[in-house]
Amino acid sequence: MESKAVPTVELNPIGLSLADYAGRPSTLCPGCGHNMVSNAIQAAVYEMGILPEKIIKMSGIGCSSKSPNYFLQRSFGFNSLHGRMPNLATGASFADTSVKVLGISGDGDSASIGLGHFKHVIRRNVPMVYIIENNGVYGLTKGQFSATTDLGLELKHQGVNVLPPLDLCMEAILSGASFVARAFAGDSKQMKEIFKAAFAHDGLAIVDVISPCVTFNNKDESLQSYTFGRQNVSPLQDIKFYLEHQREQILDFADGETREVDMPDGSVIVLKKTASDYDPTDRMAAFQMLAESYTERHFITGLIYIKRGTTTVHEHYDLVDEPLNRLSVERLRPSKAALDEINTRFG
Amino acid sequence: MSESNHSSQAQDMQVNDFVMTICTVNGSGSATANTTLFRALFSMGIPTSGKNIFPSNIKGMATWFVIRANAQGFTGRKLGDDIIVAVNPKSLAKDISYLHEGGVVFYADHLALPEDAPENLIYYPMPIKELMKGLDVPRNLRDYTENMLYVGIVSEVLGITKDALMAALNKHFAGKPAIAEANFKNVELAYDWAAANLEKKDVYTVEEMPPLNDYIMTDGNIAAGLGSLFGGMQFCSWYPITPSTSMVEAMIEWAPRLRKDPETGKMTCAIVQVEDELAAAGAAVGAGWAGLRSVASTSGPGISLMAETVGLAYFAETPIVLWDVQRVGPSTGLPTRTSQGDLAQIYHLSHGDTQYIIYMPGSVTECFDFGWRALDIADKYQTPVFVLSDLDLGMNYWMTKKFEYPNRPMDRGKLVWEEELEKFPEWGRYMDIDNDGIPYRTVPGNLSPRAAYFTRGTGHNEYGNYEEDPANWSKLITRIGKKFKNGIKDLPEPVIYRAKQDAAIGIIGWGSTEIALLETQHLLAEKGIHADFMRIRSLPSDTVTREFIASHQRNYVLELNRDGQLCNILKLEIEEYSQKLISISEIGGLPMSAEWATESIIAKEQEKYGK
Repeated sequence: MESKAVPTVELNPIGLSLADYAGRPSTLCPGCGHNMVSNAIQAAVYEMGILPEKIIKMSGIGCSSKSPNYFLQRSFGFNSLHGRMPNLATGASFADTSVKVLGISGDGDSASIGLGHFKHVIRRNVPMVYIIENNGVYGLTKGQFSATTDLGLELKHQGVNVLPPLDLCMEAILSGASFVARAFAGDSKQMKEIFKAAFAHDGLAIVDVISPCVTFNNKDESLQSYTFGRQNVSPLQDIKFYLEHQREQILDFADGETREVDMPDGSVIVLKKTASDYDPTDRMAAFQMLAESYTERHFITGLIYIKRGTTTVHEHYDLVDEPLNRLSVERLRPSKAALDEINTRFG
Repeated sequence: MSESNHSSQAQDMQVNDFVMTICTVNGSGSATANTTLFRALFSMGIPTSGKNIFPSNIKGMATWFVIRANAQGFTGRKLGDDIIVAVNPKSLAKDISYLHEGGVVFYADHLALPEDAPENLIYYPMPIKELMKGLDVPRNLRDYTENMLYVGIVSEVLGITKDALMAALNKHFAGKPAIAEANFKNVELAYDWAAANLEKKDVYTVEEMPPLNDYIMTDGNIAAGLGSLFGGMQFCSWYPITPSTSMVEAMIEWAPRLRKDPETGKMTCAIVQVEDELAAAGAAVGAGWAGLRSVASTSGPGISLMAETVGLAYFAETPIVLWDVQRVGPSTGLPTRTSQGDLAQIYHLSHGDTQYIIYMPGSVTECFDFGWRALDIADKYQTPVFVLSDLDLGMNYWMTKKFEYPNRPMDRGKLVWEEELEKFPEWGRYMDIDNDGIPYRTVPGNLSPRAAYFTRGTGHNEYGNYEEDPANWSKLITRIGKKFKNGIKDLPEPVIYRAKQDAAIGIIGWGSTEIALLETQHLLAEKGIHADFMRIRSLPSDTVTREFIASHQRNYVLELNRDGQLCNILKLEIEEYSQKLISISEIGGLPMSAEWATESIIAKEQEKYGK
């Protein structure tokens, strides 16, 4: 008897297909970099075998912050307030620390209205993946300059930008970030590997994704355009991420000079040397590299800085091991005897 | 200057009824001394209050601690002083000017009394520096010890017993008997000096009363912190601001004792200081959204910063409890002075159609009570709930009823996990399944594939999905309104204190002014004006409030703000009786006094109604 041909659906280590990680149809402009980011997130989480229910998607306001609706439909999401995503993420992260927090933000959100929160959430070290979809422009309000727009850029309705840009990777390292990477929405392969590494990190991971706005800021000379990205991209390293059970595959990749970064869950980031031998554990070198890349107009991508073994915000509070939000009410109310003691003491 | 030699027995003594102000310099370590006097009176069974009137400053400016003892229990602010303890040379002349005739000045004898010091006062010199010579006190404790010496002298002259002082010190230094004993020795030295050297010339004295067994002594911020901890608070985010800071500090102090899980010894709550009130509100809302019982505590300026986030929580239907310990207005100047000026701001805080449940505690014990109740109500109605305290209630010592243990189990409302969710054939986060306006709620960590939804402020349908259809939104926002109407029945009703005979007029108040308004009711009755007094404890207003207003010809609404904020709200909510509501309000930064309230009501009665 011949068996019927069944279309094969590739399943990940926990038995889910890529479709289980899908979101609603995107309403962003065709060609928007953010859609590439959504796809890469979906692919990264799928390949890592993380249950979608074990992720929460937090975002602020803007085109970038709309995008969590377009991936991981089975994950809880909160499209909150402009610039305030880090605040909501901080509180939500305490409810169940086995749930991974994914923050999606933009350059308006993180570099302008929420810059203070951006720096403080890093300083607090809330364990989360914090992705900035950086297009150097306010898209949802139709094309105003943002704080990451390049100095001197000319836009149709805005004229010439007279203020210098902030570099969010530099701000992040300065604020004490323990994982800082930059990706390019035009390079899905590298972006996906960086996302995986970020998810495996046990502190706050910043990924600044240069994600072109095809409608308002895609002129060739713009720092955040597809053309600039493709022409000037210079990856710091060739990056590959391996889950614990994939470790034997590393040899196939590691034919050149490589660095390996062991991650707390047994996974490993392998960084293959490119033109220069960049050391992502050297904080001062990271600053210097970022400063030079701006003046020399190199578009740097890859893992810029990593430091293992930092203390997360949760560790300061000595909380119960099980999810706080599942504690029974009996365990949340002190005894009557405890109140009697207080009354005696205050009496 | 009076140097009369009349013996005290010859005069009519005024027993257990005085206002005493200790006039000192801030940062000079007088808190222990002042608290000791206050506690000693309390331990003698005498109803007492202690109000700290302090500047927005750390060291060197004039500060006053006002103790009012009153056998009838009227311990609100009273105009003028009967007794002052003068140790601040800079404010001495002015401090003396607040005394009534026959008033008493205890003054450190190294201070020069003003040349025009009135002769109709009684002056007791206190040889503080001289007494210090006999003590071996380290330099850093000298100011502090000098303060303990005036405690001894004042106590002896007033008749506060040594036993009461020892009891007060033992309470203050609970668990450190050696320190209590050392302090007592200094107090006793001055006490014995006064007994040997001062002759009683004034009329103020204290006598032991039946013990105040049902009462405790503490402040509203400690009560609020404890109430939150007994209410199962799991997350608090905050940013320091006077006068709310001590509420969170109380939680930080008590949480390790009260909220360590007995099984594992680990904490069941986190109290997180963040970078500003925007973050405090945001983190609290994030935690509430994710299923934690969540509290943020602040004062008026912090509320302004929290406005956008709280509005989001209203629309996203996220439970969270916000404490506003009110002070006077924005910026610097009067942040250490009390006020009831945030009600109007809070009731409809933020953009769009909002309205909040507001608890208004009027006593310290109610701060505890509302602390846990507000968490239940926030969970039950899935909404931000405000508790409006104020600096007077929050930071001053009050004699208050013992805290009562919550009389019902904690209510987490319609929060459902995997199994319960399976029971619904159809479920959406904002679906009104029970037709009571309150949907069922899931939170992150729920592993059911049906549980997740995407939260946003506006433009969502019953399933939490994006939708801009006008009919949809109109229906959803109407449901949220319905939820509030249903919620009124669960809120604390007003407390009504009836006049001894039929009353044509009503007095309405809220919050910390209860004590002054009870005295007002009493003072008015002495003048033949009978008034019922109602203290409103929550908003939106209920039928009890409506009936009270309807049943009086005139209702005076007394508040510590300029424009009569509660009066205005009541006029809108109980529109058919708005003519019966008359606002009397004033804001100067100090607690309400019964004299002012009484005079204001009488003036209105005369001016408008020729009574």
